Amino acid sequence: MKLTMASSPHSHSHKSLSRLMQTVILACIPGLIAQLYFFGTGVLIQLILALVTVSISEVIIMLIRKRPVWPAIGDGSAWLTAVLLALSIPPLAPWWAIVIGSFFAIVIVKQLYGGLGFNLFNPAMAAYVLLLISFPVQMTTWMPINDLLANPISLAQQLSVIFNGFTNGGFSIDQLRVGVDGVTMATPLDTIKTDTAHGLTVSESMQAAIFNSWLGRGWGWVNLGFLIGGLYLIKAKVINWHIPVGVLASIAVCSAIGYIAAPGTEPGMIFHLFSGATMLGAFFIATDPVSAATTNRGRLIYGALIGLLVYLIRTFGGYPDAMAFAVLLLNMAVPLIDYYTQPRTYGHGVNK
Amino acid sequence: MEKLIAQIKQGKVWPFPGGIHPPGQKTISNTQAITRLPLPDKLIVPLKQHIGANGQLIVEKGQLVLKGQALTKPVANWSVPIHAPTSGTITDICQMPSAHPSALPELCVIIEPDGQDSWCVLAPVTTPSLLSHDQLINIIHDRGIAGMGGAGFPTYIKADSRKAIEYLIVNAVECEPYITADDVLMREHAAGIIAGIEIMQQLLTPTLTIVGIEDNKPEAIAAMQAAAEHNDKIIIQTVPTIYPSGGEKQLIKLLTNKEVPSGGIPADIGVLVQNVGTLFAVNQAVFEGKPLIERVITVTGNTIHKPGNVWALLGTEIKHLLDCQGFSPVPQQRVVMGGPMMGFTLPTVRIGVVKTTNCILAPDHDELADPGPEKACIRCSACADACPASLLPQQLQWFAKSKEYDKLKEHNLFDCIECGACAYVCPSEIPLVQYYRVAKVEIKEQQAEQVKAERAKERFELRKQRLEREQEARQNRHKRKPATEKSADEKQKIADALARVKNKPAKDDDKSAVAAAIARAKAKKQHQDTELEPDNSEVALERAARKEQARKYKEQKAASNTAAVPDDKKSAVAAAIARAKAKKAAASENESDNTTDAATDDKKAAVAAAIARAKAKKAAQAEPAASVENDSSESEVATASPADDKKAAVAAAIARAKAKKAAQAASVENDNSESEVATASPADDKKAAVAAAIARAKAKKAAQAASVENDNSESEVATASPADDKKAAVAAAIARAKAKKAAKAEQAASVENDNSESEAAPTAINEAEGKPEQTAQDKKKAAVAAAIARAKAKKLQQEGSDQ
Repeated sequence: MKLTMASSPHSHSHKSLSRLMQTVILACIPGLIAQLYFFGTGVLIQLILALVTVSISEVIIMLIRKRPVWPAIGDGSAWLTAVLLALSIPPLAPWWAIVIGSFFAIVIVKQLYGGLGFNLFNPAMAAYVLLLISFPVQMTTWMPINDLLANPISLAQQLSVIFNGFTNGGFSIDQLRVGVDGVTMATPLDTIKTDTAHGLTVSESMQAAIFNSWLGRGWGWVNLGFLIGGLYLIKAKVINWHIPVGVLASIAVCSAIGYIAAPGTEPGMIFHLFSGATMLGAFFIATDPVSAATTNRGRLIYGALIGLLVYLIRTFGGYPDAMAFAVLLLNMAVPLIDYYTQPRTYGHGVNK
Repeated sequence: MEKLIAQIKQGKVWPFPGGIHPPGQKTISNTQAITRLPLPDKLIVPLKQHIGANGQLIVEKGQLVLKGQALTKPVANWSVPIHAPTSGTITDICQMPSAHPSALPELCVIIEPDGQDSWCVLAPVTTPSLLSHDQLINIIHDRGIAGMGGAGFPTYIKADSRKAIEYLIVNAVECEPYITADDVLMREHAAGIIAGIEIMQQLLTPTLTIVGIEDNKPEAIAAMQAAAEHNDKIIIQTVPTIYPSGGEKQLIKLLTNKEVPSGGIPADIGVLVQNVGTLFAVNQAVFEGKPLIERVITVTGNTIHKPGNVWALLGTEIKHLLDCQGFSPVPQQRVVMGGPMMGFTLPTVRIGVVKTTNCILAPDHDELADPGPEKACIRCSACADACPASLLPQQLQWFAKSKEYDKLKEHNLFDCIECGACAYVCPSEIPLVQYYRVAKVEIKEQQAEQVKAERAKERFELRKQRLEREQEARQNRHKRKPATEKSADEKQKIADALARVKNKPAKDDDKSAVAAAIARAKAKKQHQDTELEPDNSEVALERAARKEQARKYKEQKAASNTAAVPDDKKSAVAAAIARAKAKKAAASENESDNTTDAATDDKKAAVAAAIARAKAKKAAQAEPAASVENDSSESEVATASPADDKKAAVAAAIARAKAKKAAQAASVENDNSESEVATASPADDKKAAVAAAIARAKAKKAAQAASVENDNSESEVATASPADDKKAAVAAAIARAKAKKAAKAEQAASVENDNSESEAAPTAINEAEGKPEQTAQDKKKAAVAAAIARAKAKKLQQEGSDQ
């Protein structure tokens, strides 16, 4: 009888890479729904564009690299990159922005470094930063939530904006952004930053229509959606709690200190935690396993430093939000962090 | 400590980091009682079923053996005997595939059972508490008990721990999925296991004995608790079900919150771990006198019709186990010895069960899916979360793939216990453990290479120094006039050189007198070929004369004297070492000589044993006009030490010789040879004497370009023999000889080397025989004589031209 030889262990948990990626994509759904509800179906259009682009890019690059195509596509990592990028950029950004970003994320950031597992940087964030620096206007034209729009726009009009830059009615995106009160509206983070720079206090700034009592309208819900998805990821043991806790605790502590120091110009802890990309970043972006720290202590440090950078750039920097920059900067520090945070191995340094 | 014991007694456990929860699959096999297999047609019993050395065969082909009869006897350290599992005929003793991941063939005794199953005479012990420590250890050793949990560590070594043991831990965790052998054994034989534990308690006297059992075995826990009720030093501790809590280090952490230091053993922290199966075997060995010839094995898996536990005789073929339990193989069937996490697949079912076989798992493809293709590591660190040793498996994997051995060591690769938890959880299905195994082997090989290279470098440096010294000596000699006279002056000179002796007699009547004599002689002469011989014969004559004249000789040479203190009842120790070497290099030749000298006196016996080993290596580069030759030879002699009616003599001789030859330019030559001799023979009723002789010889030869040759050889002999009932006498003689020869030849084609040396260093005690009347007073004295002689002869020869 011919027997098959194999190396131990002969048993496996049946965890798989593609299942892992699928779970993360599924966990994005609450946040995605919130975005859809408040900012319109533009998100979905961006998502489809991104998915198509990354798939094509992945196939092409794998053919060029003469590697098997299906395993690379099948692991779902490219699609996760697409989802994260689509969730990050403004829903009505022009179509070519997301196409360029998706292509860049897959081909340059991921595959040219050796493919999945070898990339130094988070592909979605590297692509986002590329777009933000190259096309700052398009990448910062966030629409206010639908309720506040003077000219609510339909799906067809959103499509038209994304692909042509104008609605069928001839409105440009800047005109669309004009709110019911006739004032062009930015994101809450942007508004606070601009207003405090102009000498207004936070509470004065918060009188603007984009805010409800203490949060940006819509943004709080979006962040809540990602928080729920993130908690599910921790429960499903897809990610460890260390990075999100590090990020959130760090932002919370920094903003609390800032609020105590300057209550007039600092929006406070809750605002920072539920604005911008905080929750998306803490649970979905900073936790990208390939480019994040790998030891548990290292993850806490990594997360905390991301939180610190986010707060510093939001408060003192030139950009309203900073998750992408913070993550990319810390990606570079990962080897160092990992090296100095090795856990104590069994039997080492024990007191006899 | 007391606080810790109190915590342990309260049932506290200290979880280790990591761990996984694979499906248990235990109920497949643990619902029925243990059954006994019918006798197989043949048994394949490997000589080695444990960690350590083989025993020595004491049976032969065709012999009839009884059940329980020893087939081997222990010889070296850590060797454990094996026994005939049933009565029958030995049909063959041959190499068979082993129950090892490599399946490398090992010597096995093949027994054809006669069906009688008749026992040999057993010697059960009813009250082991009456036995001494050593008697119990001997029983455990002779009955062939080795660890049955997996590693197969000889139990008698553990039970004889020199370090104080605070905690005896009984490993009844059985954390591997599928395996239930220990579980059912505890259910059915809890009392026997507890009796085994009590024997261990008698041997090791631990403060506390903790039996760790996973909480998925309630019946076993209940049975053990009932059986251990009478002994309040035994605690049955329930531990959570998590793999690998049955790993020795993990279990120690779990039960005592202690960690075995890296590179150490549990005894270092006062802990000793024994498997329940082993303890049951100890119980059987002591109370029933039965050697370890059978064990419980779980036969399980979806392809088995009647999964369950069986008592299987050691040596039973896996095929017999499978057939008896019903087996329907699937295509690409895997048969695993051990569990699904750490077991290994067998290449054939024609392999005998050994002492460490706890499970035969024959899964189909649904229950244990074939591993998928390895995908890229995404550094998710699920492996690190699962690792019970707090390693970073993911990092180790990257380093292993890129062969960064320093990093691997820095990340503590060698603390990996290869439990497989990391590979189990890896979403990319990377065979992590396999990478570590390969890396470990590679690192070990690399370290061995380094040691070798360092040794070679050291040798080279020493040789260079020696060559310089010799050159200097030669130059000095050129300035001197060669000695021409061989008169009494010459004799005196040689004798002086040969025997420079020191005496240290002890004057105390009740004490022993110690005489140590060290003689060293050096003779250097620069001769031409023909002149060497007279010189040698002269030395030999000198030696003979010295022996014959014995005492007179000594008295004559007042300045250099040897003292031996024999008495009328004492023995004289004589050791003589002779060594001869002859070399010739015309073509590659190897020679070796061995001479043995034994000295006996009227009451003594001498034991002489010599083992020689020689190696010769040759590396030749094919070039015209160059001839490569290697010559290496060595010999050694160990002499025996005499002993008297109360003494014993052990003589050990180790000889090593090396020869090197390096030729550059047109011809490259390498010679290397080593030999070692070790002998040991114990002798008499009361004493043991140890004699050790170490000899080393080196010969190197370097030929440069046109033709330069050097020969060098050294040898050393050391002898030691101890003496009487209260004293010990040590005699050591070291002789070393060097011979060098450098010949220059004008023509490259003909290169020859001749080298011959002989040396003898007799110990002074020999002379004592002839003079029993001298200073003999007491029965309590011993004589120690040590003589070291060294001789060097050098010859510089020029061929084709006179010097």
